[in-house]
Amino acid sequence: MPIRIGIVVFPGSNCDRDIYHILKNIMRVDAEFIWHKRDDLNAYYDAMIIPGGFAYADRLRAGVIAAFSPVMQVVKRLARDGMPVLGICNGFQILVESGLLPGAFMRNDSLTFICRWTRLRLDVDGSRTPFTLLLDKGSIINIPVANQEGKYYVDEDTLREMERNEQIVFRYEDNPNGSLYDIGGVCNEEGNVLGMMPHPERACEIILAPQHMSNSILHGYGDGIMIFRSLISYLYAKGEHHEPYR
Amino acid sequence: MPKVSTMSLTDEEIRYLRDAIAREPNSVELSMVSAEWSEHCSYKSSKPYLKIFSTEGRYVLVGPGYDAGVLDIGDGMLLTVHIESHNHPSAVEPYGGAATGIGGVIRDILSMGSRPIALLNALRFGDIRHDNHARWLFKNVVRGIADYGNCIGVPTVAGEVEFDDSFTNYCLVDVACIGIARRDRLVMLKGDADDLIVVAGNRTGRDGIHGASFASRAFEGEEEDRSAVQIPDPFMGKLLIDATMECVEKGCVKAIKDLGGGGLACCLSETADRLGKGMLVMLDALHVRESMSAEEMMISESQERMLYIVEPSRLEEFKAIMDKYEIPYSVLGRLTDDGYLSIYHDGKQVARIKASIVANAPIARRNAIKPPYIEEIAANSRKPEMPEYEDVAEIILELLADPSIASKEWVYRQYDHEVGLRTVVKPGYADASVLRIGLRHDRDDEDADGKYRYIAVKVDGNSKHCYIDPYNGSMGCFSEACRNVACVGAEPIAMVDHLQFGSPEDEHVFWTFIESVRGLADYGRYMKIPCVGGKVSFYNETRQGAIKPTPLVCVVGLVGDGSMVMKGHAGDGDMLMIIGLTKDEMGGSEYYEYIHSTLSADVPKVDLEYDKHARDAVLALVRSGLLTSVHDCSKGGLAVAIAEMCIASGIGARVELSNVPHTCTRLDDLLFSESHSRFLVSLRRDYLDAVNRVLADYPVHKAVIGAFNSDSDSLLLEYKGSSISISMDSMLDAYSSIARLMGHGG
Repeated sequence: MPIRIGIVVFPGSNCDRDIYHILKNIMRVDAEFIWHKRDDLNAYYDAMIIPGGFAYADRLRAGVIAAFSPVMQVVKRLARDGMPVLGICNGFQILVESGLLPGAFMRNDSLTFICRWTRLRLDVDGSRTPFTLLLDKGSIINIPVANQEGKYYVDEDTLREMERNEQIVFRYEDNPNGSLYDIGGVCNEEGNVLGMMPHPERACEIILAPQHMSNSILHGYGDGIMIFRSLISYLYAKGEHHEPYR
Repeated sequence: MPKVSTMSLTDEEIRYLRDAIAREPNSVELSMVSAEWSEHCSYKSSKPYLKIFSTEGRYVLVGPGYDAGVLDIGDGMLLTVHIESHNHPSAVEPYGGAATGIGGVIRDILSMGSRPIALLNALRFGDIRHDNHARWLFKNVVRGIADYGNCIGVPTVAGEVEFDDSFTNYCLVDVACIGIARRDRLVMLKGDADDLIVVAGNRTGRDGIHGASFASRAFEGEEEDRSAVQIPDPFMGKLLIDATMECVEKGCVKAIKDLGGGGLACCLSETADRLGKGMLVMLDALHVRESMSAEEMMISESQERMLYIVEPSRLEEFKAIMDKYEIPYSVLGRLTDDGYLSIYHDGKQVARIKASIVANAPIARRNAIKPPYIEEIAANSRKPEMPEYEDVAEIILELLADPSIASKEWVYRQYDHEVGLRTVVKPGYADASVLRIGLRHDRDDEDADGKYRYIAVKVDGNSKHCYIDPYNGSMGCFSEACRNVACVGAEPIAMVDHLQFGSPEDEHVFWTFIESVRGLADYGRYMKIPCVGGKVSFYNETRQGAIKPTPLVCVVGLVGDGSMVMKGHAGDGDMLMIIGLTKDEMGGSEYYEYIHSTLSADVPKVDLEYDKHARDAVLALVRSGLLTSVHDCSKGGLAVAIAEMCIASGIGARVELSNVPHTCTRLDDLLFSESHSRFLVSLRRDYLDAVNRVLADYPVHKAVIGAFNSDSDSLLLEYKGSSISISMDSMLDAYSSIARLMGHGG
């Protein structure tokens, strides 16, 4: 059986097709869109990605309406069972609102939307999450952010606990929006659920990266590819089923 | 309840209408006709003049007259392109006005069955340095575009911003959209009798009543005009994109049409007229937000609504898609063979009028006389005093800080310019943006392992040049847009224009309009770059009078292959070469207007033959891979262009000005002239011979004028033994003036 990754789609998701392109055309694994009304998912999928965008146009608060959708109730159950779940940008906000990840989001310090490339540092061991497996602790990836409510916040006690638990996965070298403790991505205690504000799918193909925005060892790929390669490696290593899609 | 007015119809038009239908029109018919016959919807003043554009070309599948122009770029892929403005609404309510402008242009692209993949914006305001109101407009227009575009997931990839006192208390907000369609799924208007007419999207309400008429008279800036501004709903806009694309993929719609200016009245009459059909419409079926009269329903411009023509046998499929996205819709009626729009409301027939009459306004003949101000400028043109040599550095810094020239980073940082994984050359990195197309979902055959294709897009305008000399100024805008796409390695293949002027009833304004059209048409015909669509926007007037004539040109270019995309900057030791001739053409230059507040007649003129040679030469160089970067020389002239290259490359340079090919007699003319057809290129020293061999085929001026130097932290301009030195830090600081003016958080 090939590796099969589900892409959760809400009304207003807008990076779903981008993730699909990377999984299908670059990673060559199987990918399927999962409409938010579905509540019948099972271990048929090897991992879930919740893409960026503006689910429900960020009404009330970014991610809050989506968190109550039928599909998220299933995603919560699958996540508890250990399925790798990645939330990117709005997907991160949805994971936070669903209670799968700690913290909250506020408007960027600039009070505006910010679209720019940042340098993101892995602050835990790569093996901490399925999505960082191939990265070394302390390594830096070039990756863009695009958000308006991207400033991560968490209370002092939780922050300390998260640090102790090695849940603070990514920190900005050049904090774009005032995120507390330069936080760009966090995982749950178990490590199988990762939320990150920057968009790895936008940094996979070298042609989309501005000059000097990619580690040269990647030979034609952008740094973001490491997130997806890590996931696929993790699934291969773990699974009895998997073979390349093509 | 708002009164439905017929104010926008002239007595003559009412007589014409009466004759055409051989009776008195009733009030519903009158309001339908007055919406459709507004200048905004009917082009009644401009239509005869737009015929002179050359509209045919190798790539053109559908030219002007549809909701968007369509280009066939091969491999089963089509590009669609359209441009819109939302000036009046944005001047009253900048946030909503700009946002609904985005919504509107997106729906035009959807109307062809194509998926919107990129937005461009061209914005004009008064003096943001001194005018709080202009800053307020600027800030909120950008926020409106950002919030709408970001939310619907269509990247805003390119644009331009100009500031001029003629836009005080007003603004020009233009947005262009590029779409992509699969050739086998392009939706052209089709429809047969008994096909169903469905309106889907937002509920119809009283917002935007008389929007088209509002846009067809001078802007008074009255508070009450706010009711003519529509309310944006990007969420519904996004759902409509997804649902429409799903309908297109399933092939369950025969025609799609945006409900824009003039609401149902214009949409129904234009669709019926184009199809050669009639329509039976039951207004009671329309999903509305509030109780409305038939007139109000017909002319409401509530946003995020689309019209679909659906075969009865496909209705269930169509409904399933709308239901999936929870988009409200109503089946309004059906097509008929009689050519009449028969509108029913409350059990009664409220209008019965031939669609062809409503959709085809009588042409308004306008007088055109050369405005006296042009002669006055010519008579009073004199050169400002030559600045002291040691003041030149300061002038260059002032120009870099001129908001019309300074970095627009404050703007494009607020736009998601990357969503869609297409933006290969991003804003701020080159003179035009480059988009990747040919992803699997772009193609007829998803399994075809075809290569990616790359297109370049840019929009340009220059109201200062066009005011003084609308013919040459307009031609210059076209040339500049073409130069900009050439800088990234693209050959221009099509343009859409947007012609923005004051009242066409003013014979002086109308003369500038005709001259401008002539300038654009002459350039397009010579260069064989077809016009595939466009808009005309008149009545851009405030109490101070008409805006400066502002034609905009949006050019689409095609890059053969990814390796030919010019994406770089000058490196240490690279040589700086100029291609083109610098002439004493100072009229309308930023140097004269911004620094000296001087109007002068001699606006830069395009020498068509030379322009083509210069652009072809640069394209040949870019495609040969011999250059490290290319930059067009335009606003602010040579001095600004060199400084911009230093800023972009983060590297100093030393330039010998006397090497620049020129016909100027003064140093300031040489530095700041905005002569067209000039490019600055950087190249590695060891490629110079090869570059010269390529250039030998083109009869253009060229000269190595300096070199970049990473050891130097300044730009050194040498001239006849003296030198002007400007530090990199001071240039960077000057160039970021907009961010400073607008504040960190805007």
